Amino acid sequence: MTTTEKIFTRNFHLPDSHTLERYRATGGYSALAKALAMEPTAIVEEVKKSNLRGLGGAAFPTGVKWGFIPKGSTAPKYLVINADEGEPGTFKDRYLLERDPHALVEGMIIAARAIGSHLGFVYIRGEYVQPWRVFSGAVREAYAAGLLGKGIQGSAFDFDIVIHRGAGAYICGEETGLLSSLEGKKGWPKIKPPFPAVKGAFGHPTIVNNVETIASVPHIINRGAEWFAGLGTKTQGGTRLYSVSGHVVKPGVVEAPVTTTLRSLIYDHAGGIRDGRRLKAVVPGGSSAPILTADEIDVVMDADGLKAAGSMIGSAGVIVFDETVSIPEALMVVARFYAHESCGQCTPCRESTGWIYKMAHRIVDGKGRKEDLDTILDIAKRGAGTTICAFYDGAVGPYVSYIEKFREEFESLIRSGAGA
Amino acid sequence: MADARHPEFTAEQLAEARRLMALYPDKRGALLPVLHLAQDTFGYISLEVEEYVAGLFELAPAHVHEVATFYTMFFKEPVGRHVVAVCHNLTCHLMGAKGIVDHLRERLGVEPGETTADGRVTLLTVECLCACEQAPMMQVDDRYEGLLTAGKVDQILGALR
Repeated sequence: MTTTEKIFTRNFHLPDSHTLERYRATGGYSALAKALAMEPTAIVEEVKKSNLRGLGGAAFPTGVKWGFIPKGSTAPKYLVINADEGEPGTFKDRYLLERDPHALVEGMIIAARAIGSHLGFVYIRGEYVQPWRVFSGAVREAYAAGLLGKGIQGSAFDFDIVIHRGAGAYICGEETGLLSSLEGKKGWPKIKPPFPAVKGAFGHPTIVNNVETIASVPHIINRGAEWFAGLGTKTQGGTRLYSVSGHVVKPGVVEAPVTTTLRSLIYDHAGGIRDGRRLKAVVPGGSSAPILTADEIDVVMDADGLKAAGSMIGSAGVIVFDETVSIPEALMVVARFYAHESCGQCTPCRESTGWIYKMAHRIVDGKGRKEDLDTILDIAKRGAGTTICAFYDGAVGPYVSYIEKFREEFESLIRSGAGA
Repeated sequence: MADARHPEFTAEQLAEARRLMALYPDKRGALLPVLHLAQDTFGYISLEVEEYVAGLFELAPAHVHEVATFYTMFFKEPVGRHVVAVCHNLTCHLMGAKGIVDHLRERLGVEPGETTADGRVTLLTVECLCACEQAPMMQVDDRYEGLLTAGKVDQILGALR
């Protein structure tokens, strides 16, 4: 077992880890005191130097994103937290909301000061009722302790948090879809530019960050950018939370440095494959990440490592398939998801996700046609990059990789005419 | 449950709706929260509820309809006293979601999307609820139930009135 320093998860095992008292007893809100004495630009610089990258999916450098807020703008600025966790195979933000909610509150206040925001929104997926309750409790505690509201901790800085519940739509995890939803509309993504940092929520400069990304910030301020950067690779700092699920002995949230390999996550941290079976494939970064075969797991689990392996780190949701899994059936399940969740705004996405699901379904039903595989690949590749948001590109990842890496399995199913 | 065909908030609920509206730079931001409040009050979002909510926001009912129908958690028709929503996405699929759905279909005598004749349970299949470490799992009203087996499902169903 690899042992590494636990940052996010250090208090997860404590029954009262969600309380202000416990958070404070373990150093909580000391970073805030430090940040309130720092110049906002110094906070942004520190986060840039830490190599913190967005942990929701896009892996964009967080400090750089903060720097996109127009200089000298007197318009209201908003900090929006994306807690619309929905990427299949991902569940780490749920743990943070329930077991370390004050890290998010503290990180938000620091981030808000860095970007000059006085109002933050936390967009929590509607199904997350318990996480919403726990996080709401933490926000109430923070207000009662003078950590939120007017003149935080005797400073001149004001910041309020509004908690907003979603209502069931994967697309609202896409940052501009989320903003549409926050504005009281259906969750249709918006064309960029303008980027949210210039024109975001309610038409004003807005930074949208993932829960885990912001929960990292207090640790960076407390212990320094060099320390955080030193935990990771040259281009990405820190440890992060990997959600490991599927056919492993110990599914769950694993905190590990981003230098960890996929093999180590599966075999050291998650106890290997269940029931003594063999590994067949792994989806390494949530369902939109292209699949890796059992021979491709010696890959470093940071953004660049997975990119080099032809996949992506995404939300770091690791879904493990043992040798009994039918890849065509798995593709059908994934295709059903994208067909259901396409918001319908862009034609290539709306049409392709629907038709690809139908084809995947008939292949599994034993009614596949010889040309179906090439048709799916053709449709998938043609549509990639033609839509307003990254949703369709995310669907193309599994469509193409499942078929290209397991083509023989699809072909023999089609040839046999039997269902999977 | 208040009547979804003749919706009207109580004075307290109206005050809550106004409080929610005041939290946003534009009151329309409170549309989802107020629709949640409406569904908790009236059971589902009927056309009449849409029209009522539209009135509160000074929006066209068509705008509210567009929003209410976009999100899966807003019910357009009455549902049972309990909603059982089984995840059938990737990890739950790997861990046996289909067997859980089949077991529920048999026990309840309904297909996904339907409600039992006694109005007790509506059965749904849903996309990833992001509790894959407990797969196969489902949501029963407000709570998550994981590591499901046929026996555990029976226990859970037995406790629903």
